[in-house]
Amino acid sequence: MERILDTLREKGASTALILGFFVAWELFCLVANISDILLPRPTQIIAALVKFWPAIWPHTYQTLYTTLVGFSIGVVIGLFLGVLIGSSRLAYDTAYPLLVGFSSIPKVAVVPIFVLWYGAGTVPAILTAMIICIFPIVVNVATGIATVEPELEDVMKTLKASKLDILWNVSLPRSMPYFFAALKVAITLAFVGSVVAETVASNRGIGNMMMIASSSFNVPLVFAGLFVLAGLGVTLYVLFSLIEHRVTGWAHRKTDLASP
Amino acid sequence: MNAQLRAAEAGGGAAPTAPFIEFENASITYGKGARAVQALAPTSLKIAEGEFVALVGPSGCGKSTILKMVGELLKPSTGFVFVAGREIGANPIRIGMAYQNPTLLPWLNIRDNVMLPLKIVPPFRQGFRAKRNSEFRDRVETLLKQVGLTGFAEKYPYQLSGGMMQRANLCRALVHDPDLLLLDEPFGALDQFTREELWAVMQDLWLSKKLTVILVTHDLREAAYLASRICVMSARPGRILDDQIVELPRPRTIDMTFQPDFVELNQKLRAMIVGARGGTGIVSHPPGAA
Repeated sequence: MERILDTLREKGASTALILGFFVAWELFCLVANISDILLPRPTQIIAALVKFWPAIWPHTYQTLYTTLVGFSIGVVIGLFLGVLIGSSRLAYDTAYPLLVGFSSIPKVAVVPIFVLWYGAGTVPAILTAMIICIFPIVVNVATGIATVEPELEDVMKTLKASKLDILWNVSLPRSMPYFFAALKVAITLAFVGSVVAETVASNRGIGNMMMIASSSFNVPLVFAGLFVLAGLGVTLYVLFSLIEHRVTGWAHRKTDLASP
Repeated sequence: MNAQLRAAEAGGGAAPTAPFIEFENASITYGKGARAVQALAPTSLKIAEGEFVALVGPSGCGKSTILKMVGELLKPSTGFVFVAGREIGANPIRIGMAYQNPTLLPWLNIRDNVMLPLKIVPPFRQGFRAKRNSEFRDRVETLLKQVGLTGFAEKYPYQLSGGMMQRANLCRALVHDPDLLLLDEPFGALDQFTREELWAVMQDLWLSKKLTVILVTHDLREAAYLASRICVMSARPGRILDDQIVELPRPRTIDMTFQPDFVELNQKLRAMIVGARGGTGIVSHPPGAA
């Protein structure tokens, strides 16, 4: 019973904060008499969302599609590179500086290059989403794999375990908490990538829709686009958190123990 | 090298069988050039099958280095190490290893943790899937019972105390029926009473399985309680200063550790190690001077 109350108190506080934020926003706009060209009220944004939904939906689908495709490719490549770099000291030392170099390039800056290669549209958005989420995954997976206890490695080696045996039975499962932590970061970053690419060079997607809406001063629609993006981002984040908890619950046992 | 070994065997009438483990002037040097540090001076050592050898000595004396060479984790810088008559790297024997850090995998329950070597070591790995819920399960259950962990198979490592984790660690080192067990201070992090309990468990395991054990330890009582032979090593670079058979009868009990002959053995070992440390300049008074 106490546990239920605790959960309610926890969830209640965060729900109240979210609701309070929107109420304060609404009231602030009303009291300060702010024009909806500058900052529309949440109620106006929701009205726009409902009114334009048939037009918003294809853009939402497009953004979700490019983001998820880019994210999936990025995860596969990131996992592969992470395992490769984490498994060998030499690969780690050799490839790390190059990776840091790549990761420090602002990803927005590569969009024009992708457009040059593939033309405006879906492909640059996918590639931007992909490239932006590779790095956090590589770093996390490599860290998880490289930090296997040396004693455990010794135990495995005296069993004459092959590299693949060690990877499959020890290193990979061990790096899963790191991997999922990276996935949660990467999925939000992937949205940044695809939306940026859409704003710069596409005729579809939420980013593009927001550009067009702002050029016609339909500010509630611009904000409606933001709401859609926030909704998508939160949904996917929650999804990966749930998978994470199922797959790597062993790494989060402390919170379970704290409230028995 | 095998021919040489066979010749030595034929010549030496004292040992009826070839030594199970043989160090022939094996040394280990870490680093290169001016920064080279010799961790282990050229060492010769013979261990027969079924012996329980304890290596004691001051910190950093190369005890663990010897263990790692036997476990094929390190190659000697000079000299040779033979295990079961073959140079290391080519030996077909099965080895179990346990460190002070139990390194159980947190995502597996105790049963699956103990089963890990069966997934890797032939011939067990063939047919692992088919046998994991029958034959191997019983094998693990038997071992867990021997170390006093009956009923803990479904628990996860974090639900166990340090002593219990170390028991499970011993099971993991033994599940694949190793010919040789390498222990690097396995009971070092445990409290006195748990440690003494585990000595008894370890002794029972050794007496029932008759395997060869090499134990690295700081605890002289532990060495005297468990080992059939104790090698005392000098400070770095490590050398074997003394090599003696422990004559105390089996099975040994904790009560025996307070008997005069046990205490005498302990004092003798202690004096040797204090002397060995004295060589480093840390302790200057000779043993027995007071």
